[in-house]
Amino acid sequence: MRHLLNRKIFKTMVVSTIAVSSLMLSLAATSTENEVATLRDQTKLVEQQKPNLIPKVVNKDIKQGRNYPMQPPVIPHTTRSYEVNKNNNKCMSCHSRQRTEESQAPMVSVTHYMNRDGNFLAEISPRRYFCNQCHVTQLDAKPLVENTFIDMHSMMKQKPSKTAQH
Amino acid sequence: MKRLLLLTWQTLTKPSGYYSLGFLVIGGFIAGVIFWGGFNTALEITNTEEFCISCHEMENNVYEELKTTIHFSNRSGVRATCPDCHVPHKWTDKIARKMQASKEVWGMLFGTIDTREKFLAHRRQLAQNEWTRLKANDSLECRNCHNFDYMDFTEQSERAANQHSGALAKGEKTCIDCHKGIAHQLPDMKGVEGW
Repeated sequence: MRHLLNRKIFKTMVVSTIAVSSLMLSLAATSTENEVATLRDQTKLVEQQKPNLIPKVVNKDIKQGRNYPMQPPVIPHTTRSYEVNKNNNKCMSCHSRQRTEESQAPMVSVTHYMNRDGNFLAEISPRRYFCNQCHVTQLDAKPLVENTFIDMHSMMKQKPSKTAQH
Repeated sequence: MKRLLLLTWQTLTKPSGYYSLGFLVIGGFIAGVIFWGGFNTALEITNTEEFCISCHEMENNVYEELKTTIHFSNRSGVRATCPDCHVPHKWTDKIARKMQASKEVWGMLFGTIDTREKFLAHRRQLAQNEWTRLKANDSLECRNCHNFDYMDFTEQSERAANQHSGALAKGEKTCIDCHKGIAHQLPDMKGVEGW
């Protein structure tokens, strides 16, 4: 009888361990699945995800605010097939100092005419030549990832209200 | 040689001894139709994109570059082929351009731009030819499709509308003054007005 009981206990123990471990395994699996955000959106490997629509470039010509003082201003117009290469720089045909009067476009900052020693050059400095390294067009789309960046001015505004609570 | 020429002249100046007037008139008319039609058909064949890119100079350089632009692929599916922009549509102008283009046959035979390097070396000059032509005819080939009278400025971006209703409307500027390098890559633009 005792022997039988022991066997019964042993059996339940085994079953429960298996159940718990399998549960843990499945939990671990689901947690990693949810943690890793992919553009495939957990589509099975054998299936092809339907691609999202390609958003349009914002072409409103209205200046957008800067999130921090040194942010390169974003481009508020399309730049499709604008060439910036060894031969020419399409951006500078409107934004260079000589061209702004006719184009009424904002002039590139004077820092762009300075070399690394702070001397002013006649033409745009080679280190600032490739506009798209810093300045980019904007897409009319929802951000894929939430951004928690807080501008320092907003932060400073928040501070006194928080201290007042205390 | 002299006798042969004399014989031909005599044959041409004398009345026909064997053929009836009707045969000569109708036959001449039919032959005329065939030759004229043939000439125009041949001319139209040289005025197609397939003909243009049958030379590798055109297919590997300018045609490849065109493919990425809005004149090749766009939302409405209307596209420009080589002759739409590079050959005048009016018959007399077309013949004049075709005669100029005989120089391109020379260039093809002697390999003036038969490599990418040679093509790039000539690019400024080739582009300049086209800019000069379009400037001189007030961008006629652009205007064959883009008719100023039917432009809706409200559909354009503000910047574009300002330019088109201002400088373009007054005739101070023509299309090519601003829209350079829209269908092919640009050469070195040093010294070009507006750059």
